[in-house]
Amino acid sequence: MASEQEILEGLADIVNEETGIDQGDVQADKSFTDDLDIDSLSMMTIVVNAEEKFGVRIPDDEVKNLKTVGDAVAFIQKSQA
Amino acid sequence: MSATSKGFASALSSGIPTRHARISGVGGYRPKRIVPNAEIVDRINSSDEWIRERSGIIERRWAGPDEGIIEMSAWAAEPALAMAGIEGSDIDAVVMATVSWPYQTPAAAPLLAEHFGSKAAAFDISAACAGYCHGIGLASDMVRTGRADNVLVVGVERLTDFTDKDDRGTAFIFGDGAGAAVVSASDTPGIGPTIWGSDGAQWDVISQRESWIDVHEKDLGWPTIGMAGQTVFRWAVWGMAPVAKRALEAAGISADQLDAFIPHQANVRIIDAMIKQLKLPEDIPVARDIAYTGNTSAASIPLAMERMIRHEEIPRGGLALQIGFGAGLAYAAQVVVIP
Repeated sequence: MASEQEILEGLADIVNEETGIDQGDVQADKSFTDDLDIDSLSMMTIVVNAEEKFGVRIPDDEVKNLKTVGDAVAFIQKSQA
Repeated sequence: MSATSKGFASALSSGIPTRHARISGVGGYRPKRIVPNAEIVDRINSSDEWIRERSGIIERRWAGPDEGIIEMSAWAAEPALAMAGIEGSDIDAVVMATVSWPYQTPAAAPLLAEHFGSKAAAFDISAACAGYCHGIGLASDMVRTGRADNVLVVGVERLTDFTDKDDRGTAFIFGDGAGAAVVSASDTPGIGPTIWGSDGAQWDVISQRESWIDVHEKDLGWPTIGMAGQTVFRWAVWGMAPVAKRALEAAGISADQLDAFIPHQANVRIIDAMIKQLKLPEDIPVARDIAYTGNTSAASIPLAMERMIRHEEIPRGGLALQIGFGAGLAYAAQVVVIP
């Protein structure tokens, strides 16, 4: 099971690959839409890649609840437990 | 006492040899009225840049009152018949794929057959954006089994009749148009096996929002088509890339042998993500007709193929992988020889 920091770093890599956003800007308190300007389709790509990387399932209905990077990290960590 | 068979089942003849089928002609009709993003942005509080980023769409065509389902189909079919070198009297069956023919019954296909002076078998199929590839698969089987020598397959939509012009999820995507193909008997294989399927558990992901009965009984005015964009995106990219691979495998070819990739023109973002998932070699031309045509559902693949042939982007006689996917959720894919 990955630590919170490991999930954050892994997620930052995924966000960087999809959007080109610098990994250092992908912080827990950042909003995917308002701060990082990630649209709904890029968000879905990030979700699918995160599922693969962390071995978790993130249902479509759950994606709208992942407002910040921290929300996603917490959901992934909870799912891995 | 149970009923007893007379025992003649083994005497039944299907009367049909097996042979090959190919697409012998393709044609398209695009409505006259060009609608740029600027014309629709106000009602969805959007911008040209926003629409281009999220869909790749620059403009689409909206059909006028004189561009009905049958008229557009006929104008798309005429060049397809000409390319195939046949006339209306040579058509053995008409298969129309559409979700926007405004009559519950009869189907549109008999009217199109009548337009060409044909009394051939004629029926519609309802498989939304996968309808054209369903039609090509059916037509191929009809020709291969000897049931028909020439089948006219048309994908046609007036989606704007069922579009909520205030819906930020769909108003900028849908367009109108018609694409047609003729499937004919062939000495060599021209249409690979069709890989198809559906997922009715997700029937409401893309659907007419209310049933006709609810519209009538609850006085809801007029139904429009709704779509859960993120869910469709996930299914279309990560669900359909394996289907495309299976169509290649079934045809016995590898991706690098393709001369064209013609996916349903749903959204450029879906197309780009699908290419990535398929690891499609970069030199293979990919249909991007959506930029100027929008998403025309059943019409999108033949329209895209028609444009690529007309612009000489793809070689006649080469191999194209085509895949349709949409409401149902239904999908169909096959490899075809470009006419």
